[in-house]
Amino acid sequence: MPITPRRRNKVKGVQFTIMVVGASGTGRTTFVNTLCESDVLSHKVCDSPETAHVEEGIKIKPANVELEEDGLRIALTIVDTPGFGENIDNEHAFQEIMSYLERQYDDILAEQSRIKRNPRFRDNRVHALLYFITPTGHALREIDIELMRRLAPRVNVIPVIGKADSLTPRELKAFKKRVMEDIDHYDIPIYNFPYDVEEDDEESIQDNMELRAMLPFAIVGSEEEIEIDGQLVRARIYPWGVVEVDNPDHSDFVRLRAAILGSHLGDLKSLTEDVLYETYRTEKLSRSVHSDIRDSQILPEEMATQSVRIKEEQLRREEEKLREVELRMQREINEKKQELMAKEMTLRNLESRLASQNQNSPY
Amino acid sequence: MSVPEEIRADSYVGFDSITQQIEHKLLKRGFQFNVIVVGQTGLGKSTLINTIFASHLIDSKGRFSADEPVRQTTEIQAVSHVIVENGVKLRLNIVDTPGYGDQVNNENCWDPIIKYIKDQHSAYLRKELTAMRDRYIQDTRIHCCLYFINPTGHSLRPIDVIVMKKLSEVVNVVPVIAKSDSLTMEERERFKAKIREELVYNSIRLYPFDTDEDEEEEVQLNEQIRTIVPFAIVGSENNVIIDGRSVRGRKNRWGVVNVEDETHCEFMHLRNFLTRTHLQDLIETTAQIHYEAFRSKQLLALKEGVNQRPQQQ
Repeated sequence: MPITPRRRNKVKGVQFTIMVVGASGTGRTTFVNTLCESDVLSHKVCDSPETAHVEEGIKIKPANVELEEDGLRIALTIVDTPGFGENIDNEHAFQEIMSYLERQYDDILAEQSRIKRNPRFRDNRVHALLYFITPTGHALREIDIELMRRLAPRVNVIPVIGKADSLTPRELKAFKKRVMEDIDHYDIPIYNFPYDVEEDDEESIQDNMELRAMLPFAIVGSEEEIEIDGQLVRARIYPWGVVEVDNPDHSDFVRLRAAILGSHLGDLKSLTEDVLYETYRTEKLSRSVHSDIRDSQILPEEMATQSVRIKEEQLRREEEKLREVELRMQREINEKKQELMAKEMTLRNLESRLASQNQNSPY
Repeated sequence: MSVPEEIRADSYVGFDSITQQIEHKLLKRGFQFNVIVVGQTGLGKSTLINTIFASHLIDSKGRFSADEPVRQTTEIQAVSHVIVENGVKLRLNIVDTPGYGDQVNNENCWDPIIKYIKDQHSAYLRKELTAMRDRYIQDTRIHCCLYFINPTGHSLRPIDVIVMKKLSEVVNVVPVIAKSDSLTMEERERFKAKIREELVYNSIRLYPFDTDEDEEEEVQLNEQIRTIVPFAIVGSENNVIIDGRSVRGRKNRWGVVNVEDETHCEFMHLRNFLTRTHLQDLIETTAQIHYEAFRSKQLLALKEGVNQRPQQQ
């Protein structure tokens, strides 16, 4: 693969964590394996039909792999989130992802506050979250808007379009435009390759502008290789043509890889550590100090309270229904009791009549 | 009573022209076909309908601008058209279900759909039972439900299993794999095998059904159809030029998908199945199986209600 000129990262053997989030079937697993050029993640196994309709929860699992990018060794941790978006109700899955991210922050916060710190403590904070959008061709779905909105304050969110080979070039261009319009409209603070016109040099401004214009990245992944012109190429073979993963005309994969594992790795890390973590830390510490004062509402909490309100409404309605059923049941029970009592009366009358008859006719 | 013996008249009578007499009457009246499309936004439902009938019949209900609000529930939208082909008038009712399966919480998003289908049976029954009823009752009963499966390549989702099961109890369900041009041939076959396994396991009864009346060739045709279901389809309202011919297709940087090519996708199979071989059967089974089931349940319930009333007094 040709090496594009890039800024060198002075540090050797860098630790970097990427989380991939997206509904099943958006190409997450294949992307990760394509990125790492090896079977880091195993594909969804769905052997028995009994499990097809079973709603499993989300399973967040990290995997480690060693990569070399442009002479630099990277200790990459990939966190996959299989099971997201598959259930009928996906609210719980949201919470799980959020909790995972915050737990890593909590861990390091606790570690930093220790008197005797562990020199071999593993920093598991997620530096970049790749969110896989389904290529509908329309705009973002409610689930996409909700999740990205909630996660963006905690992690660098980079939206990508999975299985982008299902869109024609014209459809892709229009789709990208609409997705970015949605992101703008709903104020979703994604990682958009920020640059400072005054401070940064010409080359990096150019670079960032290009990358920003490519958002969301159109990804095609493949674990299969075929021979094209004597070379082994990663590709997807269709009856009507061959999609090459590493061909920039066919997919943005190469550019994305170069950015997150190369040119912008440092930026993503420092943003996570210096900005996102610090924000979380401040919020958490001030919350524990002023535990009874609910100030500085975090965006994700607002979203949570809204859905809580809707849920409360639903609960109230269901409670009312249950109460009506209860009342009806009570009424029926009372009626039956009346009938029973009436029957008992008649029975007692019969018995007393029989008894008096027996008395009157002694043998 | 035994079946009367068939006899041949001594000379030509001419009553065999009744087939033309019927055809003439039917052509004047026209035919009614109602179809509902169910699936998540962006799976190409509107495009497929427009491709099948080779006309722009319905618009996509997707959200195309950031200002448009996100739909919070499943809506039911019906559109009517009349298409004429060689003097045959086809009245089409296309029911779209925007908002289905698009929310974070999709509990009961299928209720409006099931209700709509049952409401059409109910409306027909009411008209049937009216003392002074119309000569020809307007048929709004849904004859076919196209269920769109996401081309994940893995298996059915829990929501697909639940909804297809419920739908198959009230309407003829024909599942299709949407946007199948995102799957390689290998992936497609594996996906289909998985789906078929799961449909069988969950006892989801799909159209076509075999009845005792069917002849040998009909049974064979149905078997053939069953080996293709779910149909892997690609839709397009745009034309591309392939080998000098203008066909409906999708042009990419790496090739051209020909919608009408059977080696690319199964659109032609679906189109022929729906319009050229099973159109009449779809209408008939809706009346004879689904509507009858609904009708007997309703009438039995009515009878129960009538019987109970004198007791309560």
